[in-house]
Amino acid sequence: MMDPSAIDKGTLWFIIFGLGMGSFLLRFTFLGFVGDRPLPAWLLRHLRYTAVAILPALVGPLVVFSGEGGSTDPTRLIAAAVTATVGVWTKNVLAAIGSGTATLFALLYLVG
Amino acid sequence: MPTTTTKSAFWAGIRDSAPFIFVAGPFAMLFGVLATEAGLSIFEVMSFSLVVIAGAAQFTALQLMREEAPTVIVLISALAVNLRVAMYSAALTPYLGRAPLWKRAIAAYLLVDQSYALSHAKFESEPALTLQQRLAYYFGTCALVMVIWFGCSYLGAALGTSLPQDLPLDFALPIAFLSMVAPMLRTLPHLIAAAVAIVVSLIAVNIPYSLGLIVAGLAGMMAGAQAELVMQRRQT
Repeated sequence: MMDPSAIDKGTLWFIIFGLGMGSFLLRFTFLGFVGDRPLPAWLLRHLRYTAVAILPALVGPLVVFSGEGGSTDPTRLIAAAVTATVGVWTKNVLAAIGSGTATLFALLYLVG
Repeated sequence: MPTTTTKSAFWAGIRDSAPFIFVAGPFAMLFGVLATEAGLSIFEVMSFSLVVIAGAAQFTALQLMREEAPTVIVLISALAVNLRVAMYSAALTPYLGRAPLWKRAIAAYLLVDQSYALSHAKFESEPALTLQQRLAYYFGTCALVMVIWFGCSYLGAALGTSLPQDLPLDFALPIAFLSMVAPMLRTLPHLIAAAVAIVVSLIAVNIPYSLGLIVAGLAGMMAGAQAELVMQRRQT
């Protein structure tokens, strides 16, 4: 865990309100301004994959370099693999989070 | 069961959203815990949850702030994770677009995965619903989930610092992200997008200003879109 004082308060509030405003605009764009005018197909096609690209891109390094000083920690790697596999398989968020957490605790207990 | 009155439509929305409290609750609580661990006060945690209302985007912002990424990157990445709500907004416009502006503004503020998924399915299967009934159902699907969202954010924040020190909380975030994104991988292009994004993110990990994340995200999006095109051509 990082030093709790690492997040600057001014930056934090700027991000909270920037994110709030940005999220509201994303949600309001169509309901509020655009109406039912259609978007170009190529744009929609790329937008469909934003969440499934950005989230894994964020998680990838966190999982692979999860050990001391950026090494690979096998317990965390396995726990992540179990979470992803169960999630893809069952399409159930809670089953994925439960199995991943259980795996991590079991492995940490076994490895000591 | 056909919906008859505005009031019953509201209650139908609440009823249909009940299962989602088991998804929204734990994520809100986890956000409260992790944000407190990262040094945010309860007031800051609650403001965050109240102003943004988007689990994945909030976790993304929190993680990048802990990594001390530049503010612009934090905002772009978190908003990119949340881009899908713009598509939800587009999908609901044919059904709610004729409501007064202030009601549309409130509806937009409350637009999340659950309210979109339930409402869109309902409006499609029951085209006879009036605008009033649609709005009532929509706000019904929001009401319970929002109470749970804010309540559990608070619970998590209050609980945050009193948890035992040896919990592997550093890994709560990756597991939360994975459990959120894995069920979204419904088709081959989705899987390809995720796989390409991971590979590029590992290669690009040393690019400064956390730009590797943006590069990897764009690469994943392009791979998914291309895969979708190729599969369409094969089918026709």
